[in-house]
Amino acid sequence: MEYDIVIGLEVHAELKTESKVFCSCKNQFGAEPNTNCCPVCIGLPGALPVLNKKAVELVIKAGLTIDSQINNIAVFERKNYFYPDLSKAYQISQLVKPICVGGHLDLQNKSVKINRIHLEEDAGKLTHQSENIGTLIDYNRGGVPLMELVTEPNINSADEAVEFLTKLRERLIFADIAECKMEQGGMRCDVNISIKPKGSNILGNRTEMKNLNSFKSVHRAIEYEVKRQIEAKEQGKEIIQETRKWDDEAGISYTMRKKETSQDYRYFPDPDLLAIEISDEEVEAIRKTLPLLPEQLKEKYVNEYKLTEYDANIITKDKYLISYFEEVCAHYNNPKTVANWILTEILSKIKDEDEPIIKISPLKLAEILSLIENGKITRTIAKEIFTKVWENDSDVDKLAKELGGEINEDYLCNLIDKIITSNPKAVADYRTSDTPEKQLKWFVGQIMKETKGKANAKLAEEKILEILNKTQG
Amino acid sequence: MEFEKFTLLEIVNMLKNKTVSSEQLTKYFISKIEEKKSLNAVLEVFDDAINLAKEADKKIQAGENGKLLGVPVIIKDNILYKGKKCTCSSKFLKDYIAQYNSTVVEKILQEGGVIIGRANMDEFAMGGSTENSAYGITHNALDFDRVPGGSSGGSAVAVAGGLCPVSLGTDTGGSVRQPCSYNGIVGIKPTYGRISRYGVVAFASSLEQVGPMTKTVKDNAYMLQILSGKSINDETSADIPVEDYLSQIKGQINGLNIGVCKEVMQMMSGLEVEKIFLQVLEWLKSNGANLIDVSLPNFDLCLPCYYIIAPAEATSNLGRFDGIKYSTRSDKAENVDQIYTKSRSEGFGKEVKRRIMLGNFVLSSGYFDAYYNKAKKIQIKLKEQAKDIFKKCDVLLFPTTASEAFKLGSKTDPVSMYKEDMFTITANILGIPSLTLPFAKGKSNLPLGLQIMANNFEEGKIYNLADYIENNWRWK
Repeated sequence: MEYDIVIGLEVHAELKTESKVFCSCKNQFGAEPNTNCCPVCIGLPGALPVLNKKAVELVIKAGLTIDSQINNIAVFERKNYFYPDLSKAYQISQLVKPICVGGHLDLQNKSVKINRIHLEEDAGKLTHQSENIGTLIDYNRGGVPLMELVTEPNINSADEAVEFLTKLRERLIFADIAECKMEQGGMRCDVNISIKPKGSNILGNRTEMKNLNSFKSVHRAIEYEVKRQIEAKEQGKEIIQETRKWDDEAGISYTMRKKETSQDYRYFPDPDLLAIEISDEEVEAIRKTLPLLPEQLKEKYVNEYKLTEYDANIITKDKYLISYFEEVCAHYNNPKTVANWILTEILSKIKDEDEPIIKISPLKLAEILSLIENGKITRTIAKEIFTKVWENDSDVDKLAKELGGEINEDYLCNLIDKIITSNPKAVADYRTSDTPEKQLKWFVGQIMKETKGKANAKLAEEKILEILNKTQG
Repeated sequence: MEFEKFTLLEIVNMLKNKTVSSEQLTKYFISKIEEKKSLNAVLEVFDDAINLAKEADKKIQAGENGKLLGVPVIIKDNILYKGKKCTCSSKFLKDYIAQYNSTVVEKILQEGGVIIGRANMDEFAMGGSTENSAYGITHNALDFDRVPGGSSGGSAVAVAGGLCPVSLGTDTGGSVRQPCSYNGIVGIKPTYGRISRYGVVAFASSLEQVGPMTKTVKDNAYMLQILSGKSINDETSADIPVEDYLSQIKGQINGLNIGVCKEVMQMMSGLEVEKIFLQVLEWLKSNGANLIDVSLPNFDLCLPCYYIIAPAEATSNLGRFDGIKYSTRSDKAENVDQIYTKSRSEGFGKEVKRRIMLGNFVLSSGYFDAYYNKAKKIQIKLKEQAKDIFKKCDVLLFPTTASEAFKLGSKTDPVSMYKEDMFTITANILGIPSLTLPFAKGKSNLPLGLQIMANNFEEGKIYNLADYIENNWRWK
């Protein structure tokens, strides 16, 4: 029998705010355990949450990138359960009235429908130590703002799921909503999977897969689970609604908890927090801050900037590259050249770095490119300057002078005068030759020799002509 | 000198005029607490109290100001005072030390107040008799065999018993007003949001407020002004300017529209308080006030609504007492689940457990709509009904309790105890301010309280009428 695979995703992303969602503690990864903590985020008696509006803005922004509808009133609710990483024994989340409702994210071959995005707080982190130490709790992550995006169950393969996640991640990073560092838990994903006979409208029992720490494990876990469900079905076994945990190392998943023992979270509106009121004006103001999405930018680069599809593709892959590119272009208005330099010089320098950092400011690169264009330096010198700036962040103008790169016009003209006067034969040849261009090239060659290739050949040629023509008269 | 005979305002003046020092006063009241230890009103006298009093004296000598400079204050044991124990009268928190100051403590300290101790209460403020304390029952200040009321029983007895000039309580369903009524003093549950709840251990967050407990109406007005105001740490605190409540006391009630609620009159029928309540109404009328008949059609639903909403919130608020970070961990626990179940089973008292179970029930899936949601809908409806009432009148009069303080141990059935809150709960459900002042004596010669309510943030109107009654109505 053939089956349809039905997948729904729940994606969590830590929002890029300065402080936590309900207190003023830093939202920071990797600090000493329990140093970014206060009575609010460790849930001391009497402490009360106060909403960080920035987190709401970011969720609205996320919603706008996927065409969600933004609710004018959103309400925080308490999700009650006991776990040592949950300092208050409830998580502040949203159920009935989330910030964003609906929306879609378009993949190559389909549009994935979004159910909702809501704002909630992250929990702390447990680390299990040796027997005699036991388990330690770090509440630094507790209260970090999280957005949770829930898709409709209309993803139908592991490939689609990963394409969706890749695209979503790209947008979140791009719009400065989240950094989505999977290895730091900055983006996490639970997958709901079920199968049904091909064409059937009746959904099978679904399982929820947890502990997926990379897109690769999402893919593997889906493949594994689909296979498991199909095998069970074929053997006439019932698929039990349950939560399963993926073991990436072993490449298998196992039952975490069955539906009967699933939690009743006893949600109810959090009486400590006011309802969030979001005006249409506010939404529009946030919409204005949305950057163009990578696909839109690519179009712009190809159509307006005349970049090749290939170049545009590479630049728009990385948010950091885009902003770098845009900034250089703001100072030097020839996007094609900028793209060339980024793709050759810059990418070759950073391609092997884990955390790529472009060590030359956009302004300095623009300066170098302008010097080339104005004939002040050659490409060879420019590359030399580029390398020096990369290494020492040196001053471009100073380098241009030091490297003799900037052959100033007076010097160049003097040099030409000198060569012309000391080579009367060549001058005569030039004047009588049928192919004066060839003779001209000889003069340029002399200049290049004298200047050790640092003169701008085009400029030299112009000047030689000018002087030769002058002396003739 | 017998300092317990002076009002808060008198004491403030005496300190200012240096007729008494803060040290003298503080030592006096501490000795009173010692002398009346059998009342069990105060759980702990803070050991730095006398030093703080000495510091206050230095400030007074230096000519510094502060509305409470040098005044001894007692706080309920669910209000956090940094570095001091805060147990909520629970065994579970027997060693818990407050890690920060509540807003109200901060305000008292800013005005130079000397917090001398913490008062007994019903565990986690759940109860109406202070019989649910892990640290023993508190006795009524006027009759040792009777309850002091609750849950702020210790705070009420502290003022009524002359252990301090002013104390703080918290009122979730009547926990300031009912014990004030039983001990013959004045207490207010301000408008929801008037006082920041930051640093007050939460029982039912959407219903409760801190309230000052004092000997006189003017003392109360003075104290409320100090405690009120928006706090950046509490979203639900109101950003509405704080009035000078004393200046609202005009000494006359001519033309004041007093609402008399039909449903309350029916409920009162046959109760001990009925006769005297009718007399005071007549007297107010003859003193220039207008009596307006009003109706709160769903008055009878306040009590059931309260016993759904409050336990629901309490269940969640008390989840953090889990034996993990604080609250006593059971030494019998062998795994995480047992840390929760055993610690909580051992740590919480019976009434707290009852309400946690009740709260979990009304929030659980399948029952949520039938209970919690319905209660919230009724609450909205009640608020609309109240709005209509305050279109017609300035204040609304209720009795505070049905009768005098009852005998210790006499109410064993939880529902009969819950009914104690019958008249006080309305103000919590509606969010409106409500004050109680003693206005009569019952058949055992013990005080009865009169409740005055007003529209949101109109505490000034309440104080004016209350002061008028206090000064002109003859009953003692």
